[in-house]
Amino acid sequence: MRAKSTLENYLFILPALIIFSIFYIYPFYKVFQLGLYDWDGISPTKVFVGLGNFKEIIFEDKIWWKSMLNASYITLVALTFQNALAFCLALACDRQIRMRNFYRTIFFIPPVLSEVVVGLVWQWILDGNYGILNNFFVKIGLPHLARNWLSDPKTALNCVAFVHSWKGFGWGFLIFLAGLQTIPRELYEAAKVDGAGAWQVFKRITFPLMIPVMVLVAILTVLGTMQAFVLIIAMTGGGPAYHTEVPVLRILASMRGSSRFGYACAQGISFGVILVIVSFIQYRLSRKAREIY
Amino acid sequence: MKHPLYYKTKKITLSILTHLFLLIVVASCLFPLLWMIGSSLKTQQTIFSDMSLIPKEMHWENYYHAWKQGGFSRYFLNSIFYTVSVVTGIVLVSSLAAYAFSRFNFVGRNLIFYTFMAAMMIPIPGSFVPLYVLLNKLHLRNTQLGYILCMINVGLSTSIFLLKTFFDKMPKELEDAARIDGCSKLGIWWHVALPLAKPVLAVVVVFNALNVWNEYVLALIIFDNRNLMPLQVALTTFQGEFITQYPLLMAGLTITALPIILVYFLMQKYIVKGVTQGAVVG
Amino acid sequence: MLNIKYQKYILSFIFCFLFFGCSSKKEFAKPTITVWHWMTDRKDAFQELSRRYEEKTGVKVNFELYAPSDAYTQKVRAAAQGNTLPDIFGILGEMRDFASFIKAGYVEDLTPYMEENQAEWKERFFKKALEVNEFGPDNAYGVKPGIYGVPIDIMTIQMLYNKRLFKELGLNPENPPQDFSEFLNIGKRIREKGLQGLVSGWAELWMIDCLANNFAFNIMGKDKVIKTIKGEIPYTDPDWIKVLTLFKEIKEAGLLYDGIVTMVNKTAEQIFANERAVFAFNGSWCVNVYRGMNPNLDYAVMLPPKVSEKFPRSIWGGAGSSFMVNANSKLKKEVIRFLKWLTDKEQQIFLSEATFNLPANKESLTQIHPRLAEFADDIEITTHPRIWGVSEFPRVIEAFDKGIQAIIIGEKTPEEVAREIQEIKEKELAKKRSQKE
Repeated sequence: MRAKSTLENYLFILPALIIFSIFYIYPFYKVFQLGLYDWDGISPTKVFVGLGNFKEIIFEDKIWWKSMLNASYITLVALTFQNALAFCLALACDRQIRMRNFYRTIFFIPPVLSEVVVGLVWQWILDGNYGILNNFFVKIGLPHLARNWLSDPKTALNCVAFVHSWKGFGWGFLIFLAGLQTIPRELYEAAKVDGAGAWQVFKRITFPLMIPVMVLVAILTVLGTMQAFVLIIAMTGGGPAYHTEVPVLRILASMRGSSRFGYACAQGISFGVILVIVSFIQYRLSRKAREIY
Repeated sequence: MKHPLYYKTKKITLSILTHLFLLIVVASCLFPLLWMIGSSLKTQQTIFSDMSLIPKEMHWENYYHAWKQGGFSRYFLNSIFYTVSVVTGIVLVSSLAAYAFSRFNFVGRNLIFYTFMAAMMIPIPGSFVPLYVLLNKLHLRNTQLGYILCMINVGLSTSIFLLKTFFDKMPKELEDAARIDGCSKLGIWWHVALPLAKPVLAVVVVFNALNVWNEYVLALIIFDNRNLMPLQVALTTFQGEFITQYPLLMAGLTITALPIILVYFLMQKYIVKGVTQGAVVG
Repeated sequence: MLNIKYQKYILSFIFCFLFFGCSSKKEFAKPTITVWHWMTDRKDAFQELSRRYEEKTGVKVNFELYAPSDAYTQKVRAAAQGNTLPDIFGILGEMRDFASFIKAGYVEDLTPYMEENQAEWKERFFKKALEVNEFGPDNAYGVKPGIYGVPIDIMTIQMLYNKRLFKELGLNPENPPQDFSEFLNIGKRIREKGLQGLVSGWAELWMIDCLANNFAFNIMGKDKVIKTIKGEIPYTDPDWIKVLTLFKEIKEAGLLYDGIVTMVNKTAEQIFANERAVFAFNGSWCVNVYRGMNPNLDYAVMLPPKVSEKFPRSIWGGAGSSFMVNANSKLKKEVIRFLKWLTDKEQQIFLSEATFNLPANKESLTQIHPRLAEFADDIEITTHPRIWGVSEFPRVIEAFDKGIQAIIIGEKTPEEVAREIQEIKEKELAKKRSQKE
């Protein structure tokens, strides 16, 4: 009986495990192997360099670390600004306000839009000569605020981070909303009967019950943002100089531009390991947070 | 006690402020959409010279040309087929696994779960080369099955993560009741757990549908036969190496965006209704 | 255990997969040549040529388009690893990658076919067009000397100016600036009129590289550039600092479009087409782009301004796109016959007219668009990194181009950038030396 039950448990994960082993574990193993070689991605001969690629990434590749720093900055903006926005909007739409169906639909437009459109529109808004934003500043009498938003090293990264957050908040909104919906209404009503104000209800019921969902969104945000690059190509191409360069662009540059396929594989693996560590810390911290509440 | 009018004014002001805030966000979301639709009705010559959102002359024929030139009829069907197959596959496979990770105890559970999570985080940029060679050996390259399986794998880890978080949150009482009634584990998963998880399943569906709908790099690499390719490939026709036919591209993008917005629209009601229907008290 | 109902469900699901999964096409009995290309703009023209060829010879040519070119490059590389390359394909990228493909045995040496019948095939092409597919004796890549690709078209990259805006600036539209100081002086007028100067896709690094190389050839000559690549002359040499300083001067003269460093070339083309910039730096493909966006655009082609009298001016150009023949193709004879037909005068004229590209066949350069003719005029002074016989390290190229971006945004001085480039160069040289040992 017990043996049968255990077998049944494994049957549940078996389909996932099979697909995963063939289409992820195996290529991953191969890529890791390639990371140990100096290989241009074409020739039949590969030169074994052991951990040489990894050593170079960690100790010599300054631009790689600069790109990590940029990505971390964008992620920080996304974690705070994007998720706060998403959470507030989800809270608003969870309540019985008018037009909430309308809002819910509209907020999901940015994630659906193609990066091509988003890039073109924001380039037009942020353009240094004919840009909407600069025109706006001139019109309201603050012409000194006008600038080349995307090619000024002081603003380029912030602009990219902002647009990325704008494009991504719909996902957080959606997941928060799904989370808020699973909070039983009876809890709110019970709290109201007890005479709790809106803030009290939020603090005592909504917030603690939403912590797991927040962790989920936070982890997904970190992963989504650290790996973002299509929008960055569309907006700045990683420039000016290295100011909006991100790790995935570096990996692509090694793979295509410099034909260092092995090095690109090693970069991908090191990048992933860092993300795993960050996410693990997040996960751990969230457990602590849950214990407090 | 304060005057009742105080509460009413406070409520109205708050409501106005909330709506104002929401409307600003709405405006920022609608602007690019309207720009895209407006641009799809312009010509290559006016698209960047006439900057108004509503063009003076409406070139509806752009949609016809985009549809014809891109060969949308075929690619549309392909993409619908891929999206439905992949999303169905992901929902079944990942909800089974996530349910097991959330509810059962078995040897290696945490190890396997964390491996899946790590997979979600480690991008393998060079993986298309081993994948290509592998698919070739399995005779799955240039087949729809090969593509579908690869795409199921792409969405698997994130979906498992999403679903497990929500399964963990869900009350177990109903499941216990079903077990006492003699339901098998699989029966409970299908009859009890999945209906309860509707809101998050809807999120999983939308997330993966968008992913599959927008994918084309993998498709280009593993398909030799253009007839098997998905919709996004049609869009690349308008973005030539040198010439981008912007109005046709915008028309194509608008056509492509519609089904996804529709999916979201359909799924939205599950995201919202989910629990009020289930009527479960935690 | 498994409920019957679900068993059925899952089985039908799997069945569904298998059913749809097995519908891939079977091979044709007749010889069919497969071509993988990435040239979206030429899709219809190729289709038409394939139709004509089948009508004439009965051989079917299957042109398969895989765009964008990034994805195409990945596909070709993956296919090389899986040994599934088609009969004809293209290799995008640098000479080093091309050499790797050849050394791995994927590419057929076309020299014998080019030389047969008194080199009839070879003689058809512009010399510059063949050169980019040619490996000379003692090339640094270790490739057996020979011609390994068939050029389909040619291109040059030059400067353009808007004639109408020239008049507005009070300049003679028939007399573009010849030397650098003349060019710089226009900056003042542009700023006074509130116009914008030079626009180009300088977020795409290779376009910066291209202009910088033009200047370098003019200042120090080809030999010194190649010596630098070989590592015999440092980038901190005054001549190289002079090249970098030119960008600083152009910027300070107010001649660069605001935001040029984060602009992709397609955006730059859109700006020049809409008369929002006086100058552009672009390749001959742009004639077709501008024609589509603004048929009334009145512009002309000029060489980048002369910096020095010491060496002749030089621009990038040569073959635009080329086809390679799979060395393992079973239809090699058919493939060569087809490529010869494709590069015949008649087909080249058709391709050139249908797509506004410059033909690779010398005799097909008959009735082309006047702007295109201006681009074609300077084919004799073109050069290209692919014909230098040596390649600079990608990291050094990147540091060079990103360094110029940093100079333009005023973040670094030319001297600082030169030092940084040289530092990376020395590291790469050291690595190469240690690898050889």
